Amino acid sequence: MNIIDVSHLTKIYSTAAGETVALDDVSFSIKKGEFVAIMGPSGSGKSTLMHLLGCLDTPSSGMYILDGENVGNLTDDELADIRNQKIGFIFQAFNLLPRTTVLQNVMLPMRYAGIPLEERHERAVKYLQMVGLSERLNHTSNQISGGQQQRVAIARGLTMDPALLLADEPTGNIASAQAEEVMAIFQDINEKGHTVVMITHEPDIAAHAKRIITVRDGKIVSDRENKNPTKAKTQSNQNFRNSESQTL
Amino acid sequence: MDTETIIESLQTLTVNKMRTGLAILGIVIGIGSVIALVSLGQATQQSVQNSIQSLGANLLTVSPGSQSSGGVRGAAGGATTLTNDDAKAIQTSPQITTIQAVSPEVEGREQVTAGRNNSNIQVIGSTATYSEVHKVTIQTGNFITEQDNNGAAKVAVIGPTVVSDLFPNNPDPIGQSIRIKGISFRIVGITVSKGGTGFANQDAIAYIPLTTAQSQVFGQSYLNSIALEAKSQDVMTDAENQVGYVLLSRHKLSDPTQADFSIFSQQDILNAASSATGTFTTLLSGIAAISLLVGGIGIMNIMLVTVTERTREIGLRKALGAKKKTVITQFLTESIILTFAGGIIGVILGIVLSYGISAATSSPFVLSPQSVLVAFVVSAGIGVLFGWYPAQKAAGLEPIEALRYE
Repeated sequence: MNIIDVSHLTKIYSTAAGETVALDDVSFSIKKGEFVAIMGPSGSGKSTLMHLLGCLDTPSSGMYILDGENVGNLTDDELADIRNQKIGFIFQAFNLLPRTTVLQNVMLPMRYAGIPLEERHERAVKYLQMVGLSERLNHTSNQISGGQQQRVAIARGLTMDPALLLADEPTGNIASAQAEEVMAIFQDINEKGHTVVMITHEPDIAAHAKRIITVRDGKIVSDRENKNPTKAKTQSNQNFRNSESQTL
Repeated sequence: MDTETIIESLQTLTVNKMRTGLAILGIVIGIGSVIALVSLGQATQQSVQNSIQSLGANLLTVSPGSQSSGGVRGAAGGATTLTNDDAKAIQTSPQITTIQAVSPEVEGREQVTAGRNNSNIQVIGSTATYSEVHKVTIQTGNFITEQDNNGAAKVAVIGPTVVSDLFPNNPDPIGQSIRIKGISFRIVGITVSKGGTGFANQDAIAYIPLTTAQSQVFGQSYLNSIALEAKSQDVMTDAENQVGYVLLSRHKLSDPTQADFSIFSQQDILNAASSATGTFTTLLSGIAAISLLVGGIGIMNIMLVTVTERTREIGLRKALGAKKKTVITQFLTESIILTFAGGIIGVILGIVLSYGISAATSSPFVLSPQSVLVAFVVSAGIGVLFGWYPAQKAAGLEPIEALRYE
């Protein structure tokens, strides 16, 4: 079953200087359970693609079917629901609410979904445990390191059990040791059946994925299977839950 | 708006205490001044009414010559058309059934001396009925008597201000004398303080017998006014008509518009004063309303700054599934909390201020529940009104634009 079905997707930005084609007639599909890296240099259109896949922006033309739903004709509020229910976001700049506790940050999407407080709390604790932050629940987001912040963001992205985990340069703002840990989490949750789409410009990060799509000048220039994904190295591999102490 | 939104808004507001405080301050000053100024206006009104009412109930005053022929209107009290005989006629006329006391009066300001002290006070020539008509209460001694008047006695009853001005070391100067226009008067009574502030201090006053006043002090045979006490509040209009009719016929005038006297009732004076102080209150409320408006604009300003500053946060919330309504609710909640807190503090401040003003000016403490209610409703309204635009602006942001915002 396809989580993502994109056909003839085009995005044109109109500015005073003229029209810029950021994405030019792109078509591809991503199946449930894949771990895909979308690569490309800056200006290639990969960020535009990520915004369209995340329903944060609307295409100029073309069709996008996410988890069986055509998102082209939805209102702003319906799109908000789609983002809430079907997509877990992980941003380059983490985008946690400042001066707000880790726990509250992770509970936020569930609050917008109208889930009762008790269940929200339970689920948030579960996912924070999974990313190895169960001892940081009541720290505010600016009291923890960048790598830890990104793990909070991953926990937040997972709490709604989304069809798609969408990561935009997830390792761009953190040190390489912590980047490895983030990759380890991605590989782990992918093994548990989650579909992960990651945008990056770093080949060694992309190498952790099972499939690599390369974009240049708004077009897909290669789409290949990565038969030998790099195994993320952590000091106690497969046991990243306890790796927290090394990141302090 | 649920408890969680309120708690979250409170957290957001406490993060930037300085800015929150300043935003609230605008509303506090606005609401506080509305309540304090309205209460000041009403206290003034009350105090004017009290002092007018203390002049005597059911009181009618006949003044000479305010209306005159030839289209020229003289100042009330400035003419010489009221005589002692007019007063007697009102008292004895069988046509007048509604008047129970008549007090013919002359008055003027005079320099009064006692030893080395002197004071400029109101001197009133009156009969024994004056104290009944004008509700003058005697503290020690007695008021002017009928015998004093018949014998043109040189006796005086003085107010407490005169006692303290002329006899600073003697609180009970009965039997002492004061000099008015060089004539020595023996003090026979001291009145109880009537209060009265500003334009009408009713305690800086001396009463002397009417006959003495006319023949020796003022040198006039006419009266400055005749005060009448009606039998009750209900017959005031009848009394006014009866007295007017008798005086017209005595003065041989057939047309009421030609009357060489005029009659005021206590109510007329009260109404005039009320309308003046009412204007004063309205003016004060207007000034206060402007400061409330400025406070509201302050809140809008703060909320707009907040929206700009939190653009990325709004973008993130929308990316995570916040709907337009959710974002509007969040921002509206914040501005309503601001104005609500400002409203409560403002009401307290206003009450404290009104109390302070009334204590400092020894005027009555009047707190109108309406002004408190109106101020509070207006502040809540300002919260919604001035919070709405920034909230709309925040909710209308495109998630991707907001997320990219630096």
